[in-house]
Amino acid sequence: MKQQKRQAAIVRRAAGSKALLTRLGPLIGLIFVWGLFAMVVGGSFINWPNQRLILLQSTVVATAAIGATLIIISGGIDLSVGSSIAFGTMLIALILKFELTETLPDGGEQVVWSALETMPILWPIVALIGGILGGAVIGLSIGAMVIGHLGRVAALLIGGFTVLWTWSVITPFGAVVAGIIAAAVLWVLSDRFLKRVELSPFIVTLGMWGALRGAAKGLGDNQPIYPDQSWLTDLMQTSDSGIGSVMAPGVWIMIALAIVIACMLRYVRFGRHIFAIGSNEETARLCGVNVERTKLALYSVAIACTGLAALMQFSFLTGQGDPVTAEGYELKVIAAVVIGGASLSGGEGSILGTIAGVLIMFVVDNGCTQLGLDNWVQEIVTGAIIVAAVGLDRLRHRRMV
Amino acid sequence: MSEPRDSAAVRLRMEGVRKAFGATVALAGVDLEVQAGEVHALIGENGAGKSTLMKILSGAYRADEGLMWLDGEPYQPKSPADGRRAGVAMIYQELSLARHLSVMENILLGVEPRTGPFINWKRMRSSTSEALGQIGRGDIAPEVQVSKLSVAEQQLVEIARSVAIGCRVLVFDEPTSSLTQADIRRLFDLIRRLKADGHAIVYISHVLEEVQEIADRFTVLRDGHSVGSGRPAEVKTSEIVTMMVGRDVEELYPRSQRPAGELALKITDLAGARLPLTATLELQRGEVLGIAGLVGAGRTELMRAVFGLDPVRDGEVKVGGFVGGASPTRRWSQGVGMVSEDRKNEGLARNLTVADNITMPSMRGMGPGWLVTPAGQDRASRPWIDRLRIRCLSPRQPVEALSGGNQQKVALARLLYADVDVLLLDEPTRGIDVGSKADIYQLIDELARGDEESNRPPRAVLMISSYLPELLGVCDRIAVMRRGVLGEARPVKELDERGIMLEATGAEQAT
Repeated sequence: MKQQKRQAAIVRRAAGSKALLTRLGPLIGLIFVWGLFAMVVGGSFINWPNQRLILLQSTVVATAAIGATLIIISGGIDLSVGSSIAFGTMLIALILKFELTETLPDGGEQVVWSALETMPILWPIVALIGGILGGAVIGLSIGAMVIGHLGRVAALLIGGFTVLWTWSVITPFGAVVAGIIAAAVLWVLSDRFLKRVELSPFIVTLGMWGALRGAAKGLGDNQPIYPDQSWLTDLMQTSDSGIGSVMAPGVWIMIALAIVIACMLRYVRFGRHIFAIGSNEETARLCGVNVERTKLALYSVAIACTGLAALMQFSFLTGQGDPVTAEGYELKVIAAVVIGGASLSGGEGSILGTIAGVLIMFVVDNGCTQLGLDNWVQEIVTGAIIVAAVGLDRLRHRRMV
Repeated sequence: MSEPRDSAAVRLRMEGVRKAFGATVALAGVDLEVQAGEVHALIGENGAGKSTLMKILSGAYRADEGLMWLDGEPYQPKSPADGRRAGVAMIYQELSLARHLSVMENILLGVEPRTGPFINWKRMRSSTSEALGQIGRGDIAPEVQVSKLSVAEQQLVEIARSVAIGCRVLVFDEPTSSLTQADIRRLFDLIRRLKADGHAIVYISHVLEEVQEIADRFTVLRDGHSVGSGRPAEVKTSEIVTMMVGRDVEELYPRSQRPAGELALKITDLAGARLPLTATLELQRGEVLGIAGLVGAGRTELMRAVFGLDPVRDGEVKVGGFVGGASPTRRWSQGVGMVSEDRKNEGLARNLTVADNITMPSMRGMGPGWLVTPAGQDRASRPWIDRLRIRCLSPRQPVEALSGGNQQKVALARLLYADVDVLLLDEPTRGIDVGSKADIYQLIDELARGDEESNRPPRAVLMISSYLPELLGVCDRIAVMRRGVLGEARPVKELDERGIMLEATGAEQAT
């Protein structure tokens, strides 16, 4: 009996250390890759300024990947990350540039009031909130389409366009009223007559990938937008003193976000429900989890993170809204999450793993550059790492069963 | 062996086959012998080891120990494809056809006749017609898409496929579960025809009437052992049942004094989107009410509608004092919990932990404030793991690592954890071992009885089962559902298996 108990304890401990190894797998991979480059490249790779650079370069992708981890754990996917970031930079630049003009007698225009000039500290906060809220709204509409409310999203969109179209025709007040009426009527009609069609996140975000890129270009008439400098521009710069001298504020924000979301995933009901939905949506529904509401919330939170990433990208581009920026980031983000041990079929994944995954990719980039290797070598190495990481993961899974 | 037999006629022989999954022994040394031109029935309860044995025969699993011979030659399939090449074919419950392809593409899949690199469609067509003719269904067109055929016809295509590639051993795994009476007749004719052609046929079923009709010999499996064999013609059904269950029915189904209490669930003229058509019943505390019926009669749909998983078209469900719209969230808060019939796809989140699965309905009080800590989840689930004797290394073990019986106990533990008053159990003992079944029967009895000392009131249990001895053993009353209509619930004392079957199939009205 006693021996049996001892044996059980040994088995339990073995299972425990295996679980720990599983959780730390991507981190071990990161240390391995880093160590490899440290040995080959030497001092110029190891020194602190270089670490700071790697962190800075990975911040935008990492911030977006934190959000994408939520989506992938829930069994979904987000292909629109790059387009969302581009849209976000444009939105932020537009808000920063907000000004009132007056038409002069000779037909020219004169700026009578500039928001940024009047409120140099406060107005960038509005832009910041605008970027994050913009992401949340995109997330909310993606979530709504995923759970089958295509008609409602369409109603709101058409309502919005109605406001835009009629803005100059009837009074602004009239335009808003017309928009609200149009949206409400279509909302009710679609609820009444359209069946709910659940779409896969793959399809919804594939559509968003195209639509948001177009919208980003439309916001600036195909041109980048350059607002005046503000403190938002310095988010990705190390300052001379204080905490900002260790790492740029953006990096700190990313780290803080990672900690908050990681704790939420592990210790809050919402986070546990995301895992439950990803592992088995039917079980979650059976257990009384409000699957629809949870999905709406998680897409909103996730793409709000992408909005924050857009803010960092805006700052990284030294303060410009660029409609063609961040192309291909969606695949980088997915790669990072997958290297971090998440399963594309849902129910598995962690923020720590995702961050390790992002860093692995950027350490490879940085190391290869220092070695004087061409871009194409980096791309091949990164590709190989993705496949190898997932292969190792599957092997480990098979052994566990 | 009691009678001398021509050893040359033995087509398939399995000896001392052992197979274990982790700590669970699925087969503990099973022998099986099937002759050419014989239908051999393999009988046993769910979880007795029939499917495992057949998966070893087909090559899907490798046996830990034991030997197999096919026509006297040693037979060691490495994969199902290997097994088929050697001449062993499985006709599964869930059909394994490519639904979008034509009949001929399915029948000759992998062995397509070719001219050079190109498929020879002419020969495809003629070989297919030949194979279909061989099983007496030359009327099915080779070009037709499989998804356009009825279930029975699809099954025929599958049989033709096995015949076409020259299989000598055909395994039918519960082939009648989704067939109509007329289709069953035709299938039996076909089996007799295959038998006459000299095929060896293994017929798996737990419908003993079918076995009596079609089988020449039978072998009974229980808990991974072969516990008996014989000729159905010479053995009484009740003796076979005793072999299957292996213990007294009284012992397996405990039933204590359970006075019916207050009304817990009242369903009035409930109609679902498609099924059920109409259902009315009353369930009291301290009562176990069973719903019998054929697969597809609408029993599961009724339970899902009551629980708010499926839409309700008409009628009313009253839980305690609550009426009005239903959703699973609302039902849990009203003190109703449900165990799904489909453990794998709905019942459990398989890669989450035992504790995650048990605490999913409510994660309040799992840590400081509104936080959910793993330690809190462990603490909350531990008493139920002990109470139900769930065998797991720790509450943090993923559910998929447990045996079927223990997984089902996890699904049940969820209801105990949520402390529900009304338990909706859909096939709660499907596919689990006899030991776990006995545990679950005992638990149902304890829940319905309640316990005044520890201040646990009697619960109300609504239970669906396709296994009639179980329903008769566990329930106080049983209602039969037929084609979407729920009959009146009657006390078990007035019922027997035959009567229920007659009511379920509608044979009563016919006579």
